[in-house]
Amino acid sequence: MQTLQTLKFVKKELPPFALGTISTLAGTIYKVSSDWSRADFWGMVKSRSGAFRMNYTVAPGLYAVGDPTALCDVFATANYKLSFDILRRELKGMNAWVLVLDTKSINVWCAAGKGTFGTEELIKRVSATGLDKVVSHRRLILPQLGAVGVSASAVLKATGFRVSFGPVQARDIPAYVAAGYKKTSEMAVIKFPMKDRMILTPMEINPAMKKFPWFVGAVLLLFGLQPSGILFRDALYGGLPFLLLGFLAIFSGAFLTPVLLPFVPFRSFALKGLIMGILSMLAAMPLLGPVVRTEILLFAAAWLFFPAMTSYIALQFTGSTTFTGMTGVKKELKIGLPLYITAAALSLVLLVVHKIREWGLV
Amino acid sequence: MKYLANVTTLRYSSDKCAGCGRCVEVCPQGVFVMQDKRAMVTDKDLCMECGACAKNCDFGALSVDAGVGCAAAIITGLLTGSEPSCGCGDSSPGCC
Repeated sequence: MQTLQTLKFVKKELPPFALGTISTLAGTIYKVSSDWSRADFWGMVKSRSGAFRMNYTVAPGLYAVGDPTALCDVFATANYKLSFDILRRELKGMNAWVLVLDTKSINVWCAAGKGTFGTEELIKRVSATGLDKVVSHRRLILPQLGAVGVSASAVLKATGFRVSFGPVQARDIPAYVAAGYKKTSEMAVIKFPMKDRMILTPMEINPAMKKFPWFVGAVLLLFGLQPSGILFRDALYGGLPFLLLGFLAIFSGAFLTPVLLPFVPFRSFALKGLIMGILSMLAAMPLLGPVVRTEILLFAAAWLFFPAMTSYIALQFTGSTTFTGMTGVKKELKIGLPLYITAAALSLVLLVVHKIREWGLV
Repeated sequence: MKYLANVTTLRYSSDKCAGCGRCVEVCPQGVFVMQDKRAMVTDKDLCMECGACAKNCDFGALSVDAGVGCAAAIITGLLTGSEPSCGCGDSSPGCC
């Protein structure tokens, strides 16, 4: 069985990030490069934009960086390829082992929350790779954010390996190792700078834009619907301002609010979004033409609906932040959801009343 | 940045603390510091209920209702009557 696997292994082409293979007491493993190829870079861009985030993967198992000996450190990571790529890049110039857990191609933090980067998988992977034969020490260094899923004492009991939770960011690993495996409080705290918040916005904008065609269809239908049929001119004339406001609500909720997060007043994301929604409505008003501004019902419907929509979209960003907790988000939703539904329903009623008046039925 | 005040479910009993320092090592929000060989909570409102501290406290000094602070996950949880969890790894693209 072992020979068969080794044969298969040799026959298979090297993955692009591998420099070659090395033999260990537990079998042949890939020696990986610390440099990124152009494909690695584009892979990052594509996965960040959500294009194929769900299957950007690397095979779980043990890998070597540099020329590690039995005394070298073992760093664990997830089998989301971007997590693996960042780790091997940051280990440049070091000799180390990389233990990739099967996290279903999900990054360390999210996988730890789900339990796939977890105690059970780590124990399984340590034994499957024969790590106790490869290294003579009994130390594992895990990314700190993996601690959500891994109980260090349970791993020690089951495998004999002592888990240390390293820095949050892989880029701090060299300093952490140099300091004798001690991290500064800086290294232990996750920050959420504007650049990181901006990187995450495509994952907010894309899902919202996917629903946008439905919104466009509904708006055009509503405005174009006349007793004589659907009139394209009416649909565009009345509908365009609403489409613009809808687009603006997505932009301010999914992009502006995340990027400007600490500068928007209040801790509540629903309130932050509401403020940004009101501000963008104010900014857009002069551009909307006479229809929305003179028709009081349309005007009211727009003011009811769009700030609420921005608020709702901004609240979604809680899923991407590093500091929002479940109890808090539940509280926001408990108060927010009934208000959002009411606002949407009322604005729909106003629009219908507007249509009835437009048709001269009242 | 801090989230809503006075909502976290984090509970810490300092009398059970053995001073191992694991909580300081795992907390990504800097909620704990060591003082006089015991952990001390600096600011509860910093807690994001990730659960890393409770999971790694061998002395039962810490507890928290851990979960994802993600609106989409909580709404899905409400609709399906299940515990909120990211769509990660399932067929639907998730929040992370």
